[in-house]
Amino acid sequence: MAYTADKPPLPLSTDELRARIPGWGVDLDPANRPSVPRERFDPTLNGARWDFPERQPEKLPRERSVEHKFLTPVFGTSCPTRGVSGAIRKYAYRHHSEARIRHWLLLIVGDRVESLGSSLRSFATLRPDKPATGLRTELSHRGLRSRLGKGRADVKHHPLDPVIVLTPWVLRAGGVYVLARALARKRRG
Amino acid sequence: MRAMVYRGPYRIRVEDKPMPVIEHPNDAIVRVTLAAICGSDLHLFHGMIPDTRVGTTFGHEFIGVVEEVGSSVQNLQRGDRVMVPFNIFCGSCFFCARGLQSNCHNVNANATAVGAIYGYSHTAGGYDGGQSEFVRVPFADVGPSLIPDWMHDEDAVLLTDALATGYFGAQLGDIAEGDVVLVLGAGPIGLFAAKSAWLMGAGRVIVVDHLEYRLAKARDFAHAETYNFAEYDDIVVHMKKITDHLGADVVIDAVGAEADGGFLQHVTASKLKMQGGSPIALNWAIDSVRKGGTVSVMGAYGPVYSAIKFGDAVNKGLTLRMNQCPVKRQWPRLFEHVKNGYLTPRDIVTHRIPLEHIADGYHIFSAKLDDCIKPLIIPNAS
Ligand SMILES: NC(=O)c1ccc[n+]([C@@H]2O[C@H](COP(=O)([O-])OP(=O)(O)OC[C@H]3O[C@@H](n4cnc5c(N)ncnc54)[C@H](O)[C@@H]3O)[C@@H](O)[C@H]2O)c1
Ligand SMILES: [Zn+2]
Ligand SMILES: [Zn+2]
Repeated sequence: MAYTADKPPLPLSTDELRARIPGWGVDLDPANRPSVPRERFDPTLNGARWDFPERQPEKLPRERSVEHKFLTPVFGTSCPTRGVSGAIRKYAYRHHSEARIRHWLLLIVGDRVESLGSSLRSFATLRPDKPATGLRTELSHRGLRSRLGKGRADVKHHPLDPVIVLTPWVLRAGGVYVLARALARKRRG
Repeated sequence: MRAMVYRGPYRIRVEDKPMPVIEHPNDAIVRVTLAAICGSDLHLFHGMIPDTRVGTTFGHEFIGVVEEVGSSVQNLQRGDRVMVPFNIFCGSCFFCARGLQSNCHNVNANATAVGAIYGYSHTAGGYDGGQSEFVRVPFADVGPSLIPDWMHDEDAVLLTDALATGYFGAQLGDIAEGDVVLVLGAGPIGLFAAKSAWLMGAGRVIVVDHLEYRLAKARDFAHAETYNFAEYDDIVVHMKKITDHLGADVVIDAVGAEADGGFLQHVTASKLKMQGGSPIALNWAIDSVRKGGTVSVMGAYGPVYSAIKFGDAVNKGLTLRMNQCPVKRQWPRLFEHVKNGYLTPRDIVTHRIPLEHIADGYHIFSAKLDDCIKPLIIPNAS
């Protein structure tokens, strides 16, 4: 008990646990635990044959954290920055360290601008975006039965999902309507 | 090639994408034979991680066959069957040299606060992931390992993240013989953490979630004592009651940024993105652990602030430990545990979904439909 010195007794003794649970205690000795101690100095551990890796060619200008001394020798090449979202992202990287909340908020703004723009553009293609994907599984994979009468805590906020998902689309549709009306007025006037 | 592609929050689809190319002499191109969706992917899917770009392919849990190697690669050749840790790491920087492979400094240009992860936004380096037919694997001499002949493919893919992370989470708890270990979350990470806690000599393993089917799994897969937090007005008080008002010696947060159990915190974080992550589970961990105890955080959180009760952690004298899992460091020991049958990763796989239908997989896993615990993705080319 917390109010006296001894540890409360366990429901099962360690001998009983060892008998019941396969492998119980095989890693009791910290020496058997691969991440103990946290740091183990061994530069040969990983199969690297270099002190510093060769540099990957920078084919397109690559944004980087101002907390780095230079562009890392290897970097990801997925989705280079472009357009308005790209300008926002580059600004966030160039002007604010990771320590500044502005850095992250600008990146989030960039994300929203890009997702809005690309979904609008998708309507000019054969594959327009849907507001959300995978929803047919609500029917094929027991959407209602998985949720109702199960005492799930998340069911309380599930009704918010359509609101969260659809609000930007309502805004998009509103924007398109306002723009179209303005253009129509202009043409008439 | 066919690849999963992010279009915006709650929107993904499969597209034709150009094949990845060798960008660096130590790169390899791997043809993916099996991949998985991770709880971490849900944070991306819900738009919670800054700089997640439209067109990015997710997927950091995958195995495959080497298709092509760069000019400096010596340890792999075309045709090798490989498992690839979710961390991208150079093997030679200050951090890699000390075993902190998840914190490599040479691979993430976009941020110093996190290493690089396949298919995990530009914040984690801007690499495409393995929920696709082919993927670029940097530092092919360092990251991947050959899949041992005796190992089942589904075990191998679970070793690339979920099993390694759960096992790592238990280690960060510094479990001593007879410790009471509380695991928050009965997803893949929580289930593996609970099972691993026994290997380290735990005396009692308690698992908390609100999904009854996952708690049932925690009971029979991980021999755990379970509690459904939705049935208690205040789960922390209940945790105190069942531990003689001491609290657990070790608490493992296997929930992360989208924790439920408090409407306001969940909605401000997960839905409105006003916090880096919902702090509910982490605060429960801080409140449920005993004074002087250890909290091990495996749950992922975004880089923006979350409302964590730090004062309590100070005043209780807690040790807080956390990291992205350095996966490859766990492998030699985990291979033994899988071989001996002490850990049986593929027991938690519930869904096997073709890449073409991956959007279904994301929704099923995200909305926790159809008793989903772990969905695997099977690429077309395999
Ligand atoms: N540190 C790492 O290296 C690493 C690696 C992989 C995953 N992760 C993170 O681990 C977390 C779990 O991943 P997963 O794949 O198991 O995801 P998951 O979504 O399948 O599991 C999360 C579980 O937590 C439960 N839950 C929600 N709120 C809770 C609460 N307040 N208390 C207790 N349980 C609660 C959910 O019902 C669900 O069962 C995620 O945040 C993921 O990003 C971290
Ligand atoms: Zn993961
Ligand atoms: Zn490194």
